[in-house]
Amino acid sequence: MSTNKIHKKVPDFRLSPTVDKVGVEERVARFQTRSIKNESKMQGLKMVLNMIDLTTLEGKDTPGKVRQLCYKAQHLHDVQPDLPTVAAICVYPSMVAEAKKALGNSGIKVASVSTAFPSGQAPHEIKIMDTRFAVENGADEIDMVISRGKFLAGEYNFVFDEIAAIKEACGSARLKVILETGELASLDQVRRASDIAMYAGADFIKTSTGKIQPAATMQVTYTMLCAIKDFYLKTGVKVGMKPAGGISNSKLALHNLVMVKETLGAGWLNNEWFRFGASSLANDVLMQIMKQTTGHYQSADYFSID
Amino acid sequence: MAKNKKSETVDKKTVIEQSNELFDFNGVWDYAPSPEGTSHVKLKERYDLYIDGKFVAPSSGKYFKTVNPATDEELAEVAYGNEQDVDKAVKAARVAYETVWSKLSAKERGKYIFRIARLMQEKARELAVVETLDAGKTIRESRDVDVPLACNHFFYYAGWADKLEYAFPNRKTQALGVAGQIIPWNFPLLMAAWKIAPALAAGNTVVLKPAETTPLTAMLLAEIIHESGLPAGVVNIVTGYGDTGAAIVNHPDVNKVAFTGSTNVGKIIQKAVAGTGKKLTLELGGKSANIIFEDAPIDQAVEGVVNGIFFNQGHVCCAGSRLFVQESVADMVIQKLKDRLDTLYVGNPLDKNTDIGAINSKAQMETILKYIEIGKNEGADIYESKCSIPKKGNFIRPTLFTDVAQSSRIAQEEIFGPVLSVQTFRTIDEVIQKANNTPFGLAAGVWTDKGSRIFNLTTKLRAGVVWANTYNKFDPTSPFGGYKESGFGREGGMHGLGAYLKFER
Repeated sequence: MSTNKIHKKVPDFRLSPTVDKVGVEERVARFQTRSIKNESKMQGLKMVLNMIDLTTLEGKDTPGKVRQLCYKAQHLHDVQPDLPTVAAICVYPSMVAEAKKALGNSGIKVASVSTAFPSGQAPHEIKIMDTRFAVENGADEIDMVISRGKFLAGEYNFVFDEIAAIKEACGSARLKVILETGELASLDQVRRASDIAMYAGADFIKTSTGKIQPAATMQVTYTMLCAIKDFYLKTGVKVGMKPAGGISNSKLALHNLVMVKETLGAGWLNNEWFRFGASSLANDVLMQIMKQTTGHYQSADYFSID
Repeated sequence: MAKNKKSETVDKKTVIEQSNELFDFNGVWDYAPSPEGTSHVKLKERYDLYIDGKFVAPSSGKYFKTVNPATDEELAEVAYGNEQDVDKAVKAARVAYETVWSKLSAKERGKYIFRIARLMQEKARELAVVETLDAGKTIRESRDVDVPLACNHFFYYAGWADKLEYAFPNRKTQALGVAGQIIPWNFPLLMAAWKIAPALAAGNTVVLKPAETTPLTAMLLAEIIHESGLPAGVVNIVTGYGDTGAAIVNHPDVNKVAFTGSTNVGKIIQKAVAGTGKKLTLELGGKSANIIFEDAPIDQAVEGVVNGIFFNQGHVCCAGSRLFVQESVADMVIQKLKDRLDTLYVGNPLDKNTDIGAINSKAQMETILKYIEIGKNEGADIYESKCSIPKKGNFIRPTLFTDVAQSSRIAQEEIFGPVLSVQTFRTIDEVIQKANNTPFGLAAGVWTDKGSRIFNLTTKLRAGVVWANTYNKFDPTSPFGGYKESGFGREGGMHGLGAYLKFER
């Protein structure tokens, strides 16, 4: 269910707080010195699994591929008991119906990208139709992209209105707003785009499409977490965070959790409020879990690739 | 799930006040203990004095105990050097200076210093663990800050040894002779490096006295120096208490005294040295100001302020112990400070996840607790971190006082512990006046997005170091030292080299 709404009282986005890059890098380096061992590592790894939006976003996606991925989502590694499932499957709108059917009543959500993902370069009506199509096919969550060209040209009202329009088209589906931070160039801009998205009704803010490098760096994610914190203090509304792209190993994922824990606290340490957009992360986490359980690393051949 | 229905009616102020309940920094997931191993460390039961290239028993036969402030456990016994021992050390240093060290080519001097630096690097892990055991500082800091910086000081000054004429072009330089050096307990190994490295590079010989609560890494350094093959008597290390230090200061054959420590002792030393012709540098206390303007990157400023005061349990002479916040952002900054305080881990200094370790000694702990009482009695609002602290050992929760006046003692006197006093200001002139309105002048920090304001402030703040949008950054190439009661003379960089030379033209 949607948890944010379009805000009528908005600040002047030109005056969004400034961000000091060097300071952010130092803070992030501190998170990375945290040593996660033994039971807290196991617990963290399981939390990571449960926060994954297992993703396939390719031109060559087919219903067959999507069905396989949906099976994997529910059966991550059946030889190991007590594993959670992932949080959601993330697909293109044309695959939503297939995914919905394959997941049945497993409780795993279906997220659909929309608004002419990944470039967002399409007319307004088409973006709305794209979103409605996904929602009508059963998408629980919509991952939209912002118009980066307009944002960089300083047309913040355009960006705000567009997000708000998509928010309306979402109905009760939760809206994730992709900032594509790799195209925004500075942390000041990431902060500003985060503020715009949250006031325009984003239930989640998300770093990247996964198609542009750099994607979800810890610096960017930290900047967005700080924006979420300030938004919560000002409005009382929680907004979720989804780093996506580039988080392919357990260590980086755990350090992301450290960052969430020490910035927003336990309230955000669940898949209601924090997600990883990733395709290859799950198997690395599984490998680590097996290592923690058996004491030995197994080769990649022991973990299914879907 | 948060409900957004009420969001329009939620009053900003109340949300900010509730924030402590809104963010739960302890629940759900915590870090398992992750202590650094100590099996590679073999401490001796007893450490002797290092004089004239030999480890010798003190002439009095007396030893004192050094304890781990985190557990109160005894670590080792250390020799209590007296006047006679100091005299022996100074004589050894004089002979080494006259017969060996001043005769050696500068290039060869440099080689020895490089060798000490490399040996320290090889033993970095051992040095870090012993520093943490003896001083109570976190392994994260001793491993990532103290030991690497100490090595870097030796490397940096080793490079200068044969290039003095380039450091001071068109001047003729000459070593001073024997340098007597007294160092504090807050950065035991690093301070030893700050003192010994430039002295040797400039061609002097050394008698060094470490602090009585933290002598162990200096003794490990003595072992490293011994292993490096440095000629006997060039570096002598005499452990002991204040009277041992006084014997060094008062010894007639010492040419230079370098002291880092409290302002009170600094004043005594300055009196003792007056009229003797001994060259003197003093690096003393501080009550440094951190200034946050409304346009600052607030989250990073808060982080910088936290590191500025809580780094090394606040046992830092340049700690940013006075925070000035512009009134328009004061509520926000104070709230974020409190949140950040709650996320700090206080406890076992050997645990890699510990942010704040043990207070160095019982005496210092009492001083800090006394000031916390004074702050309460002065009517300031106190906030202590919600973090848990161990029952045993010397631990104090990170503490901040808000609503503090310039006339409060907690805003005027050096506490040397994890206690921050927060004051607000309205205009730039007001904050410059308040920041300078102190007998100290060691460091300051400025947090603003505006470059011109930074340069305006750096010219007006009477402090030896002014950091902009950062704090507590140290580098061997950068000079460090104070104004007013924070001392005189500079350490680090070429300035630090000059303090160990006389200029004949």
